[in-house]
Amino acid sequence: MLIFEHSHKGRQSTAQMPHASGDAIDLPEKFLRKEQPGLPEVSEMDVVRHYTRLSQKNFSIDTEFYPLGSCTMKYNPRVCNTLAKLPGFMGRHPHGVASHGQGFLSCMHDLQEMLKEITGMKAVSLTPAAGAQGEFAGVAMIRAYHESRGDDARQEILVPDAAHGTNPASAVMCGYKVREIPTGADGDVDVEALKAVVGPQTAGIMLTNPSTVGVFERSIEEIAKIMHDAGGLLYYDGANLNAILGKVRPGDMGFDVIHMNLHKTFSTPHGGGGPGAGPVGVSERLIPFLPIPMVGKDDEGYRWLTEKDCPQSIGRLSAFAGNAGVLLRAYIYARLLGRDGLHRVADYSALNANYMLKRFMEAGFDAAYPERRATHEFILTMKRQAKEQGATAMDFAKRLLDYGFHAPTTYFPLLIPECLLIEPTETESIETLDGFIDVMIKIQAEAEEDVETLKGAPYSLPVRRLDDVKAARELDLAWKG
Amino acid sequence: MPFIPHTENDVEKMLATIGAESIEALFDEIPKNLRCGDLKGIPDGMNEMEVSQFMSLRANLDGQPLCFVGAGAYEHHIPAAVWEIATRGEFYSAYTPYQAEASQGTLQLLYEFQTMMTRLLAMDVSNASLYDGASALAEAVLMAVRANRKSKSRRILIPRSLNPVYRKVVEATVKNQKIELVELPFDLETGLTDLSSLEAWVGEDVAALVIPQANFFGLLEDVDALSDWAAQNGALSIAVVNPVALGLLAPPGEWGESGVDIACGEGQPLGAPLASGGPYFGFMCCRQKHVRQMPGRIIGATVDLEGKRGYTLTLQAREQHIRRSKATSNICTNQGLLVTAATIYMSLLGPEGLKRVATSCYRNLNRLVEKLSALNGVEKLFDNPAFHESVLRLDRPVSEVLEALADRNILGGYDLSEDYPELGNALLVCATETRNENDFSYYAAQLEDILENG
Repeated sequence: MLIFEHSHKGRQSTAQMPHASGDAIDLPEKFLRKEQPGLPEVSEMDVVRHYTRLSQKNFSIDTEFYPLGSCTMKYNPRVCNTLAKLPGFMGRHPHGVASHGQGFLSCMHDLQEMLKEITGMKAVSLTPAAGAQGEFAGVAMIRAYHESRGDDARQEILVPDAAHGTNPASAVMCGYKVREIPTGADGDVDVEALKAVVGPQTAGIMLTNPSTVGVFERSIEEIAKIMHDAGGLLYYDGANLNAILGKVRPGDMGFDVIHMNLHKTFSTPHGGGGPGAGPVGVSERLIPFLPIPMVGKDDEGYRWLTEKDCPQSIGRLSAFAGNAGVLLRAYIYARLLGRDGLHRVADYSALNANYMLKRFMEAGFDAAYPERRATHEFILTMKRQAKEQGATAMDFAKRLLDYGFHAPTTYFPLLIPECLLIEPTETESIETLDGFIDVMIKIQAEAEEDVETLKGAPYSLPVRRLDDVKAARELDLAWKG
Repeated sequence: MPFIPHTENDVEKMLATIGAESIEALFDEIPKNLRCGDLKGIPDGMNEMEVSQFMSLRANLDGQPLCFVGAGAYEHHIPAAVWEIATRGEFYSAYTPYQAEASQGTLQLLYEFQTMMTRLLAMDVSNASLYDGASALAEAVLMAVRANRKSKSRRILIPRSLNPVYRKVVEATVKNQKIELVELPFDLETGLTDLSSLEAWVGEDVAALVIPQANFFGLLEDVDALSDWAAQNGALSIAVVNPVALGLLAPPGEWGESGVDIACGEGQPLGAPLASGGPYFGFMCCRQKHVRQMPGRIIGATVDLEGKRGYTLTLQAREQHIRRSKATSNICTNQGLLVTAATIYMSLLGPEGLKRVATSCYRNLNRLVEKLSALNGVEKLFDNPAFHESVLRLDRPVSEVLEALADRNILGGYDLSEDYPELGNALLVCATETRNENDFSYYAAQLEDILENG
């Protein structure tokens, strides 16, 4: 049932309302709404029960293993939420004066400094609200840099064919043309193909490393040289930063601008689709263009840096300073882990991924890149199962749900047929990993016996497989009852 | 090890399975010369008790001043149930609902949110959120340029009375797409968008007109005339509204003869704490005919194999993960958890509750302005009806007064003099339902003292 179906005219949660006042409102009629909006009229208990029950229809990290590749679904420490909700932080107005913000601002300044150290970049702006907004900011900075040098011929951004869809979409939002470059058979970028397309029209390249196919891009130094020699810049998509924390830094690999997904690597909650935080870091030459505001420090303490301090900035991306509360949670997480803890993130996420990969290969599953080390994630291809049993990656994914596991990422990256991108993260135990692998082996056996078992899945969830085609053809986007 | 469950035995067993000598060996594909060594600048880790003590000290530094600032973020009462439920692990720690069957809780909630927003705004369809109000407007501008097929100009008219930060965010977002942003002046007497300034654009190709209600000064614009002008001149209309105000005010879908084409705004007043500026969420509604140009996630109802009702992400062919460089926007992660809170907030308040909040804000603002403008050295700048906030003119620079007030633990308002020098020493003050008569008297007394005794 929808909350609207629980509604009864005149039912109210008056404890949540200001007291009624009999006086008429002295606004001219034309400004007032004629009819009250059709919001639910329910009791507080109705609301609590309804949304508690809805929550129970979700898979989540707190309830299930959630090995969604490229998304880093690791445990979100509860204390990060508790402390971000301290009254001094929660009640602070974004236009509050600096003297009433030294606590919050000092945390943000510390976080900027820590992210510089972790990534090897020279300066950081925390303001992008999510990875895609970080990408936008990063590409906008590349554009601003070239324009500041009068180098207007650079109108093209290169993107590997395996890149996240946000990469080309962000480049286009910045007014660039996008050219795709192929991935080689070993999972690395095809360097010869890259050489063939770089030139005076190239503004930059957007790379993820480890790449979206779950391997470390070994030719990164050569790629950086090719790009820099041609006058282009390197953009780092930080989606997979979890895999290399404390091992290798984007700044040392030659990247000029990066974004980080703090809701991945720094374990802030995904919240059913957000909020995230996508801070950007830059090399020396891009510092003037960073988005504002940032936090600066002088003799009087911490304060926001604005247009006056950063006249060449690409500008503002949100009304205030991005997802401040997410940044606070990430900062608390980083302080909990500290130096050793951050190193361990990469260690144990790589251990878990490589263990799973090996066990899957021993069980007869096909790795997309069997000769390569897994990073924090790896890809299985179900091409053979699709051909032999008619069991697709989607069928495996849906059947996993019946066994109480969230599915891996399916059908991304697109260049690998019938793929499952599996990212266990460092916070899962060997027992959980073994349980998942055993279930995959069981599903494989089910597929061999009768593939219809998979085709009908899931059976045990609130709904069976949903008709996506009907959803798109017969649009029903709001309840009309 | 914090948040890592592995025992020594586990590690040995796993390495043996992998056939690796050490964990370190798993990183052997990274060129050695690139390895970074210890992260020397990162402090040692803390346990939960230590980090709690440390963060409490930091939070205490920020104090809890009495707040009379709005300017885009508003202090409202948030019912306890809102975040008690929104932070349940099943909502808090779930991902974007790609696996619909395992995400019916989030998906149904988002469908309910979309329904609530279409009803509150009197629009046909809603998306499932954007980052914040300012970025939602930037996306609305891009959407209008795509949706207005008759217009070739990529020209957008934006009132100067719109929140200046929103204007900056729009500019930063669209400037590389050859979109022309034209500022419409406001009347210095009324504080309202100067309707006569539109005459210059009659017969010209305009892609869209932005209409704020209330405007940045809290004033209620003549939205009927503005949206009708857009409709008559081939421009799409984009409303920027405060959702709480719509408990009382006419919804954008009913402005003028035919309502607006796109409506967006800042969702923060619906259950999000001030929290230094975020996370909040942007919302966006539009007419059915424009739905395929809308950015962001959209949830649709459908049926499962057995004909049972269910919910799923739909119209994904607009989105970056399918369309890549041809997507309507690059947005991926949005503000889902804030939408969860907003949906619970709107359910708890209902139509009557939202109306009472709006009414209370309106009354409180008038009381505050009455008290403050009675002081020597303070005058109310505009006489037109205002909601949430209002402009006062002081007899000296606003920044000095605000500093003095801050020393007395009062956030006195937003200094307009930088963004609007033409208004002189102008201060934007705000009152919501959370302020009361004692607060107004206290503020007035402190301000009087500062103005009289320096």
